[in-house]
Amino acid sequence: MPWRIVVGLKDGVRDARGERVRAEIRRHLGIELESVRTLDVYTVDAELTDDEVVAAANGPFCDPIIQQAAVNQPLAEDFDILIEVGFRPGVTDNVGRTAREAIQYLTGRSFADGEGVYTSTQYLLKGAVDKQTAETIAGDFLANGLIQRWTILAADELDPAKGVPVNVPRVVGSAEPTVRTISLDVSDEQLLTISRDGMLALNLEEMKKLQAYVADPATREKRCARGLSAELTDVELEALAQTWSEHCKHKIFSAKIDYTDDNGNRQLIDSLFKTYIVGATARVRENLGERDFCLSVFKDNAGVIRFNDDWSLVFKVETHNSPSALDPYGGALTGIVGVNRDGVGTGMGARLIFNTDVFCFASPFLDKPLPKRLLHPRRIFDGVVEGVEHGGNKSGIPTVNGSIVFDDRFAGKPLVYCGTAAIMPAELNGRPCHEKAVQVGDHIVMTGGRIGKDGIHGATFSSEELHEGSPVTAVQIGDPITQRKMFDFLTIARDRGLYNSMTDNGAGGLSSSIGEMAEDTGGCELHLDRAPLKYPGLQPWEILISEAQERMSLAVPPDKLDEFLQLAKEMDVEATDLGTFTDSGYFHCLYRGETVAWLDMEFLHQGVPQMVIPARWTPKALREPGLAMPQDLNLELSALLGRLNICSKESVIRRYDHEVQAGTVIKPLVGVANDGPSDAAVFRPLLDSFEGTVVSHGICPSYSDIDTYHMMACAIDEGLRNYVAVGGDIEHVAGLDNFCWCDPVLSEKTPDGEYKAAQLVRANQALYDYCVAFGVPLISGKDSMKNDYQIGDTKISIPPTVLFSVIGRIEDVRRAVSMDVKRPGDLVYLLGVTRDELGGSEYYAAHGELGRNVPKVDAGYALDLYKRLNRAQRQGLVASCHDLSDGGLGVALAEKAFAGGFGIRADLTAVRTDVPLRDDTLLFSESQSRLLVSVHPELRDDFEAVFAGTDCALIGEVTEDGRLEVTGTDGRVLIDSRIEDLKQAWQAPLREL
Amino acid sequence: MAKEIRAIVIAGNGTNCEREVAHACRLAGAEVVDIVHIAELLAGRVRLDDFHFLNLAGGFLDGDDLGSAKAGANRLLHARVADSEEHLADQLQRFVADGKLVMGVCNGFQLMVKMGLLPALDGNYQQQTATLTFNDGGRFEDRWTYLAVDPDSPCVYTRGLQGIYLPVRHGEGKFVPGDDALLERIESAHLVPLRYATADYQPTMTFPENPNGSVAAIAGVCDPSGRLFGLMPHPEAYVHRTHHPRWTREPELPEEGMGLWLYRNAVEFLRSEVV
Repeated sequence: MPWRIVVGLKDGVRDARGERVRAEIRRHLGIELESVRTLDVYTVDAELTDDEVVAAANGPFCDPIIQQAAVNQPLAEDFDILIEVGFRPGVTDNVGRTAREAIQYLTGRSFADGEGVYTSTQYLLKGAVDKQTAETIAGDFLANGLIQRWTILAADELDPAKGVPVNVPRVVGSAEPTVRTISLDVSDEQLLTISRDGMLALNLEEMKKLQAYVADPATREKRCARGLSAELTDVELEALAQTWSEHCKHKIFSAKIDYTDDNGNRQLIDSLFKTYIVGATARVRENLGERDFCLSVFKDNAGVIRFNDDWSLVFKVETHNSPSALDPYGGALTGIVGVNRDGVGTGMGARLIFNTDVFCFASPFLDKPLPKRLLHPRRIFDGVVEGVEHGGNKSGIPTVNGSIVFDDRFAGKPLVYCGTAAIMPAELNGRPCHEKAVQVGDHIVMTGGRIGKDGIHGATFSSEELHEGSPVTAVQIGDPITQRKMFDFLTIARDRGLYNSMTDNGAGGLSSSIGEMAEDTGGCELHLDRAPLKYPGLQPWEILISEAQERMSLAVPPDKLDEFLQLAKEMDVEATDLGTFTDSGYFHCLYRGETVAWLDMEFLHQGVPQMVIPARWTPKALREPGLAMPQDLNLELSALLGRLNICSKESVIRRYDHEVQAGTVIKPLVGVANDGPSDAAVFRPLLDSFEGTVVSHGICPSYSDIDTYHMMACAIDEGLRNYVAVGGDIEHVAGLDNFCWCDPVLSEKTPDGEYKAAQLVRANQALYDYCVAFGVPLISGKDSMKNDYQIGDTKISIPPTVLFSVIGRIEDVRRAVSMDVKRPGDLVYLLGVTRDELGGSEYYAAHGELGRNVPKVDAGYALDLYKRLNRAQRQGLVASCHDLSDGGLGVALAEKAFAGGFGIRADLTAVRTDVPLRDDTLLFSESQSRLLVSVHPELRDDFEAVFAGTDCALIGEVTEDGRLEVTGTDGRVLIDSRIEDLKQAWQAPLREL
Repeated sequence: MAKEIRAIVIAGNGTNCEREVAHACRLAGAEVVDIVHIAELLAGRVRLDDFHFLNLAGGFLDGDDLGSAKAGANRLLHARVADSEEHLADQLQRFVADGKLVMGVCNGFQLMVKMGLLPALDGNYQQQTATLTFNDGGRFEDRWTYLAVDPDSPCVYTRGLQGIYLPVRHGEGKFVPGDDALLERIESAHLVPLRYATADYQPTMTFPENPNGSVAAIAGVCDPSGRLFGLMPHPEAYVHRTHHPRWTREPELPEEGMGLWLYRNAVEFLRSEVV
């Protein structure tokens, strides 16, 4: 009989968690409770003595100073309703895992297979609540029905002797492992049924390619020799579906696109990826010549560039949108720890140095009914923020840069971008560390976590829109500690030369990781029955494609195998020999000695047919709104500062450790009160050197509604502008693109596919044009192409969004520049030209308008400005520098002033323009490539000399009086506000979140 | 020839700050600074006895899954060193008895308190008498704090200091003594070398200067000998001026960060009194 250990706070101890839950129930659901208290429950299902359980309850499970524990009896009292929330069977339970280890240390004995500890939480609600309200509280706030279940008891229903009935969420596997075969010798309609029912996400053409493959007599003969029939096994079909998924094969970016532009010119683009992304990098590297700093691009889990002679930088950004829509916490946590494996699993392995995160949400204050299956944006916000918090903080990786973009269309799918950078020695044991190669005969070794049913069909699921049948098993929960232990182990194994290659197990599980590694040698022999399982009852195909987290696959040479496994054991990391890499030409899987998959490597990796996608660019008929000149620009500015896309994100930033590793030189929050918005992060990865790396990003989906070409150009410029603002070297910087699109393939479901595909083409064209013009190579990237919600007649598509992340170098971090003004009397310069470019701006959005004049970028012009800025920074001439983006000059002036704690007096007549502009346009236009700089007056001549002949306008000065005072073109004072008031307007909206 | 100061930083199972702690020890003048994975200690290949200065670094031991550092404390108490009857905790008690130095930062402080190493009145280093629990705000916070120093504390690390400025980065940093009597005793014995304070170094209970609602604004605690010391703020995170959040606007900041002073004091103490 399992034990239940309940742990609660002693009388009189403040229950901070309960108080927070009470406050959030009020905010989320509008339900006012008198009090909420919490209890932790451990359900222990193992061969133990009563004494051992009591020792655990009063030892590791209970803090004797503030807590008390009860075994097999309730602690709950003085409540109206009790809600106990626990995990469903098979869901990762990190606390349960730690609790189990704690008991093992205590007793000195290991748990047997099938034994475990399961955790749950009791919430004791007091106040006017009935069971129906409690059901709402449980289902809409405390728990996520996909991964958790709950029990609700009224006070008189709780058994005073035994407490809440015991419920052990053990996975009971009954199914004997079997391998089914599937006949593809069927009608087209049936082929599609097979794909749909099996969650394979393969289209008819792809299914027919499989049909033809098995029907080929030559294939059939070889299969027979292996004991297989002409029908594909479920293992084979699943392996093919994973490998051919949009998620893994990027079929849209590899497609042929039949593109017609607005002038009727038709062009056949053979792969957007090859043409524009790989193409741009090749061109940039050619132009860089000897200065080329790229080391490994596109081919590995992350891109690698040179940091200095001895060290290389690794960078990758991923998205985890679909899982985060279903389970925001688990989805986001898995997103960050997943991208961490990409960083570590690059080349021969790297050490993580920082994370970045960018989220796109609908307003957390959204106040209208949501379509079925969508979680309220507020829950998404909370869950995602907490997931990334746990993933980053617990892994000891500082989160140094990020942002949150709001648009109500992100209610359909939130975007969760998680980035990570790592550092590796330039050379390892005499060879470049960024290179790796599996050798024939190497053992396939899987390390880290065990395999369960979690994450089955994650890759195919994220290749679809969110729909009614989106599977619960697609959700996983990460385990940062198991992963951390694995990374510690792998670093030592790397330095001892114990393996030849490694990669992470992400989407598609072993099927992808081993499938890809096997390309080095041309085959593998993988024994699925040897894989360690979380619980029995997994089918062979499930073992192959499960995306259970915290796993890496390695190629270990036979003579190093014993040493590798021994080291793993000592460091308490699971490592299992699953077979060998071969040169058979086949992806060969066995289960208990029987062949269950025998697939031609060439067919597996190259067989997927190339899609042909029609695209037609028809610009929308848009016009400028012709707003009346506002009466009071103080009010306009203050309202803009309080808009979600501009306001302070401090409440989120402070929840992320942005300083662990002691390398963060320019932090996300800067200025006199440590609360101003930094443009970019400067990080010193080597504690004994002042060389630094700089990271920033650009993202501007609002411009996509006008033209994705300029959206892309602006995102690139914004990323680079932020980067140079803090001192990043514009001649040593790489880019990384993350496309998040709505489905661009013309179909019944997507009648506007041609337009969306054209938007995709245009964004790619800009990506090529501007990366080449700026001399910025792309080193890696990712696309997520099905960010739509469709249930019934309701379809929500996200605005086309590209996150453009940049990473580069600063020679000496002591030359880095922050955005806050430094002292009264300093001169304020505006670099760049202001144009009538309010299209897609925050100012227009505040007035419910879109407009037409989207900002455009002149890369040559911008590059010259950025190079000069770098020169001024190196000479120590720049006291502060802040980029102009959302909200334009008005917002930048305000932010710069209140961050520095001084006023600014500025005059709009000095602003450089191409044609005379209205005052509100001057203040709020979002023209690109502009920066606001402050300079000590004694350096004026030197500074102006650097910018001689450019658009460098002295527009004002820093003042002692704490006011932002802006004079208009007619000499009238337009803005005169106290900086405290402006700061208050900027901080208020998200302060409590 | 002067003997060398040997510092050890224990790593593994969720420690995160071992590299920067080791760096601080080196800058402070320790001749040998080893980052040692706990597996090495449990395998018996490295022994605490060979060091003078034990550093328990910040992080999330076992994810803080059972409460901060609880599972970690349980491991140290119960895990045996390979091929011996000794627990790691036995080596630790001997280390303390030998008059050596132990500093725990953040998760290391939580670990020391939960193992009973702090405040350790009456020579009892094995019984937990206080705790560190959830911040009053219920959330993890990364923020810089001013810390008032008690000049009368026996703490060897804070000797000669008046006030320091360091970041906190924790969700469970609220110090709670077992009872009022304990609080009275540690205060009267000056075992609270550091308190959260306002910018002019006056102890405060007001958020955010006191980031977690710690009782009596306690940010750090030492044992009566002053050799064992734990604190929630991170001294290793401020060893150079570029660590300071306002270094770009405060040109008068010295090159060396305030956190380094604690490590310098430790090394100086060892050189003059132990080694």
